[in-house]
Amino acid sequence: MTAAIQFDQLRLPPECEKLRAEVRAFIAEETEAGIIKPSGATGGDSFSREFSRKVGAKGWLGMTWPKKYGGHERTFLERYVVTEELRVANAPTRLHFVADRQSGPILLKYAPEHIKMKVLPAICRGECCFAIGMSEPNSGSDLFAARTRATKADGGWLINGTKIWTSNAHQADYMIGLFRTSAPTKENRRHGLTQFLVDMKTKGITCNPVYQITGHHDFNEVVFENAFVPDDHVLGEIDGAWKQATSELAYERSGPERFLETYYVLEELVRVLGPDPDVRGAEGLGRLVAQLHTLRRMSVSVAGMLHAGKEPVLEAAIVKDVGTIWEQRLPHRARELAAFSEPEATNQVPFDKKLAYATTIAPKLTIQGGTTEVLRGIIARGLGLR
Amino acid sequence: MSETSAIVAETAARIFEDLADPQTVNQAKDEGWQAPLWNSLEESGLTLAWVPDALGGAGASLADGFEVVKVAGRFAAAVPLAETLLAGWLLSEAGISSPAGAMTIAPSRWSDDLKIDAAGVLTGKARNVPFGTRAGHIAALADGPSGPVVALVKLGDVRPTEGRNLAGDASVEIAFDKVKAIAHSAAPVGLDRQRLMLLGATVRANQMAGALETVLAITTRYAGERVAFEKPISKFQAVQHNLARLAGETAAAVAAAGSVADTFANGITDDRFFLEAAGAKIRVSEAATEGASIGHQVHGAIGFTKEHILHRFTLRLWSWRDDFGNESDWAVRLGRMIAAKGAEELWPLVASR
Repeated sequence: MTAAIQFDQLRLPPECEKLRAEVRAFIAEETEAGIIKPSGATGGDSFSREFSRKVGAKGWLGMTWPKKYGGHERTFLERYVVTEELRVANAPTRLHFVADRQSGPILLKYAPEHIKMKVLPAICRGECCFAIGMSEPNSGSDLFAARTRATKADGGWLINGTKIWTSNAHQADYMIGLFRTSAPTKENRRHGLTQFLVDMKTKGITCNPVYQITGHHDFNEVVFENAFVPDDHVLGEIDGAWKQATSELAYERSGPERFLETYYVLEELVRVLGPDPDVRGAEGLGRLVAQLHTLRRMSVSVAGMLHAGKEPVLEAAIVKDVGTIWEQRLPHRARELAAFSEPEATNQVPFDKKLAYATTIAPKLTIQGGTTEVLRGIIARGLGLR
Repeated sequence: MSETSAIVAETAARIFEDLADPQTVNQAKDEGWQAPLWNSLEESGLTLAWVPDALGGAGASLADGFEVVKVAGRFAAAVPLAETLLAGWLLSEAGISSPAGAMTIAPSRWSDDLKIDAAGVLTGKARNVPFGTRAGHIAALADGPSGPVVALVKLGDVRPTEGRNLAGDASVEIAFDKVKAIAHSAAPVGLDRQRLMLLGATVRANQMAGALETVLAITTRYAGERVAFEKPISKFQAVQHNLARLAGETAAAVAAAGSVADTFANGITDDRFFLEAAGAKIRVSEAATEGASIGHQVHGAIGFTKEHILHRFTLRLWSWRDDFGNESDWAVRLGRMIAAKGAEELWPLVASR
């Protein structure tokens, strides 16, 4: 028999629901103030220093981290609630999202104490934007093909090469980059890569914009020419980055952002269909809501199992696979269901606008942070097939 | 899962393993295996798990019963266990004692129309009554003069027509032609047709989740054993990706079915239960369609034969989609509920689970 797929029936505890009410009250205020624009299609993808600072001031960044680093020592389940509420509200979280979800936890684990004391509190204040320097022109899903080099120099390392598709790099304060410090060995092609914390203001780093099919500038090409990174910015073991993909990955794969990225289209669809939809509209809507509900239950359950100290690696990968495909299909399905809606209706314009945006961003959802193909390989491994 | 639920699930699994091994059942010349299985389930109190001691049952919790249902789904054994559980629950809600033996339940279709008069005489027709020829009794929910009434009818008092589902299990039409119930009682407040359909959908969703678990397990195993082009087909990426999709569909089914079971077991019967039960029946049925076809694709021709056990699961998965409201039906109902509440209420409802 294969390993059983398990989803513990976790319901978010009362402290989470209290927090949810606080987050919703905050969202209402920010919407009132015009910082969150429910009608703006690009909301969740927007960058706002003011908003991120406010989220930090609320204590909703670095929520699970130790207090001495500016964290709040709250639970992953509480963080889950904040993440999903901000995502559904279309709040401009771009500045802090990567830092809070993934860069901070890496620093917590691998950075020297004085770096942690310096950088983590800034993330918690919502003042620090991170980029992830993984992909290269000839190294995408196959991370271990990375060629950008870090060469030993006096007191640090010199970086030379090019990273690409680097989201946020033009606005980021730091990058966590994966660089080649040694050649791979015959026995282990994953050997020889090291993670570094890179200050983006370092001399020798150039950011060139790469415009996306949405017309927006999010991607960059980041060129390193003898950019110096000090020794204390090495994160973890030299040549041993491959060992450092850890249980954080499960959080990263199974969070609410893995199926809520285009949620706004569903809400607009409800408005366009109106209070009394025909059978076709009702059936389509009902199925989408059933699928969304199921995804959220899967995701909450994985959060609960992680919280309980379990390692639902297979389940987490499945959430991302099924969730990203769902959020990618959602705009196209909504388009079909709205095909016969009244074009003069007042709610048609916001629907069309959001649908257009969601349709154009949809392709990236099954590529970023691990493609569908890579994920299915991970799931196959979880099933014992490789 | 609580400790008692785990013990109950283990007990059920042991009985099915001993007496309803799919391979053995598939090779059986007749249905002689069914009686020992049923007797053993009955002796263990599993058939009337949802009936309190005072009404002749085992008095287990709702959560325990759902575990039994899921285990039964894993074996896809053709016995009316889920139906008897449901029937026992329905009778108990109205304070009617459960008889010994197998029972079934009506209605299992939205379009069925059953009426009962003050004297307990039933009229109307129920279609696709599962195991309608094999049960000793039928627990029915009918419209009475002043609201829904629960009635217990002896199968000998009605004339079921012949009928089978895709898997060959009895699924019959029963005409209630002025049939006197042997017991009847007003349903408690809140127990109406919709509640019964929701609980029926919950039960079927859990059976289907169990059956999908088995489809995933046997398909994964087969892919590892079957050699083609000089290696196990599980080593081919195209096959791996199909199995990963099957795992995704199975995961969705397990999560949705487990979630609604947990919801009802915790006494939640409002809109949240509606979302969970309708949502589970919709999503699990979609998973059944998708999952069964992947199971067959990976098995190739052998999975298409009577000789192989795969059909025991896939044929029932397809059939169960239709009992207690199919996915299209529930989707229209859920969609209408969401539309009537409005866009602002959608996320709060989803997030409440």
